[in-house]
This record gives sequence, C-alpha cells and structure tokens, in this order.
Amino acid sequence: MSLDTQNEPAIELVGIDKTFGTVHANKNINLTVAKGSIHGIIGENGAGKSTLMSILYGFYQADHGEIRISGKPVSIRDSQTAISSGIGMVHQHFMLVENFTVLENVMLGAEGGQLLRKGVASARKELKRLEDDYGLEVDPDAVIEELPVGNQQRVEILKALYRGAEILILDEPTGVLTPAEADHLFKVLRVLRDQGKTIILITHKLREIMAITDTVSVMRRGEMVATRKTSETTVEELAELMVGRRVLLRVEKGEANPGKVLLSVKNLTVKDSRGVTMVDDVSFDVRAGEIVGIAGVAGNGQSELLEAIAGIRKPTSGEILIDGKPIAGADPAALRELGLAHIPEDRHHMGLVLKFEEYENSILGYHRDARYGRGAMLNLDGIRKSAEEQIAKYDIRPPNPRLKTANFSGGNQQKIVVAREIERDPTVLIIGQPTRGVDIGAIEFIHKRIIEMRDAGKAVLLVSVELDEIRSLSDRILVMFAGKVVGEKSGEAGEQTLGLMMAGIAA
Amino acid sequence: MDYFDIFISILGSAIRLSIPLLFTALAGLFSERAGIFDIGLEGKMLASAFASACVAYYTGNAWAGLGAGILTAILFSMVHGFASITNRGNQIVSGVALNFVAAGLTIVLGQAWFNQGGRTGQVPASGRFSGITLPGADMMRDVPIIGPLYANVISGNNILTYIAFLMVPISWWVLYRTRFGLRLRAVGENPGAVDTAGISVTWLRYRALIVTGFLAGFAGTYLAIAQSAAFINNMSAGKGYIALAALIFAKWKPVPVMFACLLFGFLDAFANFMQGKELPLIGEVPVQIFQALPYILTCVLLAGFIGIAHPPKAGGVPYTKER
Amino acid sequence: MSTASVPLPAWINYGVIPLINLILAFFFSGLVVWLIGENPFEALKYLVIGALGRGEGIGFTLFYTTSFIFTGLSVAVAIHAGLFNIGSEGQAYLGGLGAALVALSLDHYVPWYVTMPFAVIGAALFGAACAAIPAWLQAYRGSHIVITTIMFNFIVSSLMNYLLVRVLIVPKAMAPESRTFLEGGQMPKLDWLISMFGGKLGAAPLNFSFLIALVMCYLVWLLIWRTKLGYEMRTLGHSPTAAGYAGMSYKKIVMITMLISGGLAGMMALNPVMGASARLQIEFVGGAGFVGIAVSLMGRNHPAGIVLSALLFGILYQGGAELSFDMPAITRDMIVVIQGMVILFAGALEYMLRPAIVRAYQQITGK
Repeated sequence: MSLDTQNEPAIELVGIDKTFGTVHANKNINLTVAKGSIHGIIGENGAGKSTLMSILYGFYQADHGEIRISGKPVSIRDSQTAISSGIGMVHQHFMLVENFTVLENVMLGAEGGQLLRKGVASARKELKRLEDDYGLEVDPDAVIEELPVGNQQRVEILKALYRGAEILILDEPTGVLTPAEADHLFKVLRVLRDQGKTIILITHKLREIMAITDTVSVMRRGEMVATRKTSETTVEELAELMVGRRVLLRVEKGEANPGKVLLSVKNLTVKDSRGVTMVDDVSFDVRAGEIVGIAGVAGNGQSELLEAIAGIRKPTSGEILIDGKPIAGADPAALRELGLAHIPEDRHHMGLVLKFEEYENSILGYHRDARYGRGAMLNLDGIRKSAEEQIAKYDIRPPNPRLKTANFSGGNQQKIVVAREIERDPTVLIIGQPTRGVDIGAIEFIHKRIIEMRDAGKAVLLVSVELDEIRSLSDRILVMFAGKVVGEKSGEAGEQTLGLMMAGIAA
Repeated sequence: MDYFDIFISILGSAIRLSIPLLFTALAGLFSERAGIFDIGLEGKMLASAFASACVAYYTGNAWAGLGAGILTAILFSMVHGFASITNRGNQIVSGVALNFVAAGLTIVLGQAWFNQGGRTGQVPASGRFSGITLPGADMMRDVPIIGPLYANVISGNNILTYIAFLMVPISWWVLYRTRFGLRLRAVGENPGAVDTAGISVTWLRYRALIVTGFLAGFAGTYLAIAQSAAFINNMSAGKGYIALAALIFAKWKPVPVMFACLLFGFLDAFANFMQGKELPLIGEVPVQIFQALPYILTCVLLAGFIGIAHPPKAGGVPYTKER
Repeated sequence: MSTASVPLPAWINYGVIPLINLILAFFFSGLVVWLIGENPFEALKYLVIGALGRGEGIGFTLFYTTSFIFTGLSVAVAIHAGLFNIGSEGQAYLGGLGAALVALSLDHYVPWYVTMPFAVIGAALFGAACAAIPAWLQAYRGSHIVITTIMFNFIVSSLMNYLLVRVLIVPKAMAPESRTFLEGGQMPKLDWLISMFGGKLGAAPLNFSFLIALVMCYLVWLLIWRTKLGYEMRTLGHSPTAAGYAGMSYKKIVMITMLISGGLAGMMALNPVMGASARLQIEFVGGAGFVGIAVSLMGRNHPAGIVLSALLFGILYQGGAELSFDMPAITRDMIVVIQGMVILFAGALEYMLRPAIVRAYQQITGK
C-alpha cells in the first residue's frame, strides 16, 4: 500500500441525496474512497449505510448527486451497470440460489453465452485461479444449502470477483459468522486489498472497524458526519460520533442481592431444523435479584437457548426448571402462567404484529388472561384502557393505542414489548437484544426498567451481542461459543478478557 | 378381443388423452419454475382451443389454427404476467379471474359468431391435424407384440402428439442446459439473486410466461382440431387442473411430468374402458374413482407419503426489492 | 416503490379505488358486448333493470347474493388466518349432501322450522368435513392448502357425481338428482320481505337462507374482531412467528379456521338446495365458491364489505340472466366474463392504479 495509490480515489460520491416517502435516508452525502484501501462505514441501524450502498450498487437511484468511479462520472441505473463499472456487493442476506451448486451461483448472470456448456469449463478454471490467488477455497460442485454460512459468504465474494469487481462492498459481513470464520474473512480482505482491490466495509461493530479498516467514515441519521484515518481515531471517538453524544457506558445500579434459584437450565441441548446442534449441553442457574448476561458473537446458540427456555423451540435433551419446577414440554402460553416473561430478539417478527393496532399488541401472548375478557370473548374497552396505562407509564409515543404498530419508531415499538412483558410482574424475565435498533433515549429507559426488575427480586437472563450492554447490566456474565458456555465472569470482567472468550480462544 | 388387444387399445387412448395434459403441464412447468403460480392453465387451454377452432374453421388451415391458439394463450399469459409481475397482484386470484374470462368469453363469442349453442362450426379436414401413419406400420402390424404396439400405439397419431413428446427433452434441455433455463430456475428460487446479478427479474419472468403460453396454445389446439373437429362448450373440462396436479405429482421436473401425464391419461382411458363393465370378484367399479384418482394421488404425494415435493421457493410471491 | 408506503385515507382505499377498478372491469366487459355488435350502454341498462327493476328481479338478485355471502365469508375467515381456501366450491357441494340428507330424512315428519336447524348443522358439518383433510394436510404435513383445496374440489365433484347417479337418484328417473323435498324440507320464501317494500316476489327463490346468511355475517364479525380465537387467527394470519411466540398453536388454529371456513361454505347449499330447487342436483354450486374469492377480496374480507360485494355479484347474475332474454345475441355466460373481469381488476390488478391515485392525491392535497 504505497502512498500514491492511497491518494487516487476509486469511488467518489458527491452530494448523494435520497428520500423514501417521508424518510430522508441519505442527506447530501460526500464520500471518497481511496483505491487499494479498506474503507469502513459505521453507523447505527437505520443511519442510512445500506441505502447509500444500494444506491452505489444500482438498487436505487439517488434523487440528487453524482457517483464517480476512478474519477469518471457514471450513472448507475441498475445492478448491471454497477457490475460493469467494476462494483461487486456481498449482501447481508446472501443473494444465493440455495438449491444450486456453487458453480451455478457464480455463473448466474455471467454465463458466457446462450448455452451453459462452454461457460462451465471456463468458470471452473477461473474459480480455481481465484482460489489460488486469494485463498477462497470452496468446492464448486457443492450445493449451497449444504455449506456452512462462512463458505456461503465466500461464494458471494467469488461471485463478485468472477464478474471482475475492483470495488467490493460488504454489508455487515460478520453478523452471521463465527469468530474463526470472521478471522478468515479478514485475512481474505487483506489479501484482496494488497492485490489492489478496494473494499468498503459496512458495519455497526466498532471492533471490526479498528481491526481491519484503513479509513473509517461515520454515518448518523442519514448524514455522513466524519471521516477518520483508523490509526488516528479511537473506539470512544467513533462511538460518540455514531450516536451524537457521549455514550453512557455504565448504567447506575446498586449491589445485587441474589436470592434463591428461579431459573435453572441443566444439560440443555438444542438442535435447529437442519439437525445441527446449536446449544450443546448448557447448564446454569439464575437467582432471584440478579441479572445474568450471555455474551457471544451472534449465531453461537444464544437465540436457540432463549427460544428453548421460552418454549418456542423444543430441546433435544436436558431440563429447564422455573422456581424448581421442571417445565418439559410446556408451550409459551403455559410458561407465561408460570411467571416467565420473554422479550424476544426480533420484535418485528416475533414480539409484535406490525399490522395490529398498538392495543392489540399490548396483549399478545396474554390474550387468554381473565382480565382481558370472559369466556371466548375479548373485552376491548378493558384492553384499550390497560394499553393507555402502559403508554402513559412507559412514555410510548405517539400516545395512541389505535395507531398501527408499524407506524411507531423502533424505540417505541420496543417499549410496547417491554411494557407488556414487565407489567405482568413475572418472576423470571428473559430478554434478547433489548436495544437493537433503538434510539439512545429509549435504551436508557429500557436499561433502567431491567435493573428495576432485578431490584424487585426477579431473575433476569439477558442475551445481547452488544458487549457493552452485557457488561453494564449483568451481575454475572456467561460466554457462549459454538453452542457451549465456555466460561463465567463477574460483571466487572474486562472487555479484552470477554472478547477472547467470545472468540473461543481463552476460557 | 383378447387382453392384449384391449391393452393396446387402452394404451393408444391413454396417449391421446395425455397429450393435452403433457403440453399443459410443461407450460405450467416453465411458469412455476420461474416463481409464478398458474392455476389459469385451464383458461389458457380453453381460450386457445376456441381460437384455433375459429381460425381453422375460416382458413381451413390447421397450422393457422395452431398459430391462433398459441397467440391467444400467450395473450392470456401476458395478462397474468401484467397482473402478477408488473402489478404484484395475487397470482391465484389472477389465475381464477382468467379462467372465468376464458370460460365466459369462449361461449359468448362462440354463440355470437356461430349461433350453435357455444360450439364453433365443424372444422374441415384440411383444418385439422389428422393421424400420420409412420413408415412400415402396415408391414409391422403382424409381428407379434411389438407389431400392434408400433402400428396402433406409436404410429397413427397426429403431428401434435409427436411434438408433445419432443417437447419433453427440449424442455429439459432448455431448463438445464441453457442460460435462459439457469436464470429461470434461479428466479423461481431466489429472485434477489437474479436481480443482484444484474438480470431483470421482470423480463425474465415475462419470457417464462411467453413459453407457458406457447405450450398451452398447443394443448388447446390439440383439443379443438386434433382430438375433435370443433370447439365445444367448456371442452377443457378440468384438464388444466389435472395437468397442474401432474406437474406437482412430478415435483416440477420435465421428465417425471411426462410420466405423470401418461399415468393420469391412462387412468382416464381405463375409466372410459371400464364404464359399465364388471371386474371379476369386485364387480363394477364406479368410473368416478378413476376420475378422482389423479387428485387423490396428488394429495397423497403432497402429504409427504411418496417423497417430498418442494415447490419453487419464490413461487406465488411477487418480487419487491428489499429496502 | 415510493408510492407504496404513502398512506391514503379510508374513503380512497375502500371507496374510490374499488370503484375505479369496477368501472374498468365494466369497460372491458362493455368492449366484448360492443365486439359482438350490441350496444354496451343498452346492455348495462337491461342488466340493471333486470336485477333491480321489479320485485321478482330483486328476489332473484338477493337469492344469488345469499349464496355469495356464504362463500365470501368462507374465503374471508380463512384469509384472516393466512389461509387461501379456494375449495369453497367443493365444500359447498358436499354441504349440499348434508343439507339434503337432513331434508330427506325429516321432511315427512316435521315442519320446516324443525328441519332447518338440523339442516344448517348438517350442511356445515359436511362442508367442514370437506375442508378437514386439506386443513390436516396443511397443519400437520405442510402441504400447500391452495393446491389441496383445488384437488378436493374435483374429488368431491366425483364423489357427488357417483352418489347422484347411483345412490340418490330417483329410481327410473333420467336426471341425476334426489327426489323433491316435501314442505318440511324446504326453506320458506321471503315474500313478506319484498312486499314490505311494495314489490312482489313472484317466482323468485329468495328464501329464509338469506336471513341465515346475514346472521352469519354478524357472527363472523364477532368471531374475527371480538373473540380470543379471532385474535389468534389474525395473529397467525399476519405473523406465524409472533403466533408461535405468543403460545398459539398453529395446528389448532389452522384446523379450527378451516373447519369454520368449510362450514360456512357448506351452509351456502341451504340456499339453492332447500330454498330454490328443493332437491339435490348435480353441479348446483355452479361456481359460487369461486365467486366467493372475488366477493371476499372486494369486500376487503370484512362482513359488511362482503354483503355489499355479494350484492354486486348478485346483481350481475340476475341482471345477466335478464340481459340474455332482452338481447339474444348475448348469452347468459356474459356474466361469467364480467365476473372474470371484476375479479381481474378488483382482485389481481387491485394495486394497478394506486401509484397514479397517490400522485393525484398528493397533488390535490399539496403534500
């Protein structure tokens, strides 16, 4: 990476502006990415990163602004022109045909003629070359759905390179990867950069930015707020730029007073629909009056663990006890009656029905409660009244129980879920990603409620991929890696120690 | 008649009955593999039967009839595409609508033009596809076993029959050996993959529907001017749905589609043969059982008792770019 | 893309857009009329007068409306739980068997009002039975309900064909139909309803089933929006994962929903079988199950909307029949064409004009 290539821009975005309906997704964005560099773009969910990259890849057209590639203005009308301009994209949700082979996926759209036969031979040769040059190993005849996620991502990268991409955009590439897979990805990205490719990495993970990028740009609420040389910035500065003010890294909380065991998990094993073991012989207890945090890279079994405890997923073996009582085979409805409340990871698909009005969501899972209606009927007046009370108490805005849930902001939607689950006064509260896609104000609010639950003597199990969140809330921290609990630390444990454990390196 | 002769005669009739199914099921194959459900196959068959009979009646040219049948089916297919691709409408609803339009329109127009209670006029011989005697059929007739099979089952069919069977390997080749086929199969599984590869999902799906119309046009034409000599009120009589069942029964694969259609055609022929006859020991078997059997078999298959049928993943879902 | 997310006021969504779609459907139907050399406006006039002009016409219109309310409700209930039941046709057909069996066994002994509740239950049970297997296949085996319900339309058709030709047929008769029910097995005509408005019912078969249909509308509304079960159905319809999270049983809801849907379709048979012909006839459903899809879609799956759109299709049916008398060049099947056009424009092409209307609305309101 010599200085002169550093200065030559691969991509320049000038004054890019894009509005969707009432949402101003990108506001007058200017960005210059140097050739042969890894350029990170960081920002919270909804900051406009993905929209910007979709404009660059021709998925959307900007309302205003100009794109220049190697100094020349180009008009990227669709993915086809993006590809022919040398841009390749690795999507967050892979754009692969799952029942096709690797080879077929790589060839799709670049078949080299009306008939497949000739193209197949040259594609095979080219794949071999890419494998040799960049260390991107993958069996060309393997069927995608049978490959591990890391290899599927490799196919996405191969697709882009096969089409002659000089500029590679990766959208949240490590979200689904194990730490080992992520390391391998980073290795590949460095090789690609050293051979002259330009890489744009979109992420909301500060650690990744620091680990791999040369330059980093920060987006906030549709605006490009800063660009820094990675070597000249710090995690703290970037975090502040992302959220717009100093991040509260520590939540005010007193000493925990753990009481008796309320939630007990013994030798729990859970397999997913494909039969892959996701939770592997996990055991732990959560006591009254404590918050136990589960740290780990996404995809290491935390989601499945939560779903098994919540009764949504049937464990293959092992036992779960609530207040000493085994709950084998109980469904989510029965568990709620036993005093288990569940704030799910995915509020859009699980915790809420977005097409429902707010008050309808305020009873989801509790609709059979006697207080919401007698016999087969629902008592709508009663439900709306209790929804109004929750709205007032949790400051849900706008304060309208008849508004469609989809029209609330992320933070307010999450508050609807939190209010519903906490207001039932459960004995055990299990929480997944409580503040994903939630604005700072709501984060503080939700964190305070969680600590109040602890102080009221509830057992709280918290799963989050945000290490900061785990560290600031938990009294004890369990680290999950590859389906196993690989260690336990106190809430005071250092970031470094936990990070190593999450990567499966130290216990 | 000895059993062998009976068998030969049922087999011949089974082939004749399976041809419209085969064309239609292959038509459905292209549409459904591209991710567009098509329960409007019935309507396309009916409309093209009507169009081919009309044109063949006026021109006295069977090939002109075929052309009209194909164009009409493609037109219906394009309306289906306009509703379900361009306007992201519900594919089932669109199919139901087009079946209604075809059922009504053929009778209304038929009555207005021919005034024979929904029939078209009798198509002259030149406007029909008639049987072709293959070389050597007469010579072979007396050879035991293969002789009658060749002379009465393989030979003596009309040109459309041979085209139908030719369409099977061609469909396979197009789907699995050409760029168009690769893309078509991909768009039925994950249109996002096709879109991000710089290929237009819309145009690709429209092209698939053109092929669907093309093949369905053959089916209708076969009904009107090969199997009979005029269009008759509602002459498709649910064959479009049996073809759909055959397509599912064959798990959306071209060669199994042929066998499924032959099986269903055979059931139909057997039912016709059994009408009013008694089986030893069992007695008379109601023909309705044979009529229902294709649907029952398909349900049993769908229940997962005969392997698992995986429909194309993106089937029935209009494609919208994710934000 | 960008217009899809713009919210429109209810009067545009539920008033203007369906109306324009309907006008388009009639425009294209009119084109067909014009094509065969008749005057489309004249035809429309005959159609409307035929359907609404006299008491008898109204009686026929409401008779057809009754059938479409039942099948429309049947489709709508299933749609609320995310299930597309296109087997209402077969379910109604089998429901006819249930109603007929009750009528045939009771009509000698009791008056109609004793037979009626049993016939309602019989029709509903048989309709539900026909939906039960596709429901089970969907709930427990994951088979696509759209496909299995199509298959069952044909299976039921074969079964009924067999029963009518071989079992229920009157000995030595030619027509494949059951014997005529005595008065104890018939639904009384609603002469009084029409005369209340000063008309005469005449030969029109409007009967007591119409009132049953209206009661069912109310019950379905209650079910969907006022009961816990309805809440579970709607949750499942919008988001199966949320239903799982809330501890609702997918299998149970699918089964119950489809049984209700099939039951409603089955009750449709009361109208033609016990209300009009007083016997079980072959193919008596005559496409009403498919019309139910259109009725439900146009009525936005709401009972009030379903009554209105069922009425529209009732007008089409009756008016179309009259039209073919007044204009012999146009056969009765013209209504099938109009139906198809209405389903196409109001159903499949429902969003075609939305972007244009959104733009127009934005311009007018200045947003």
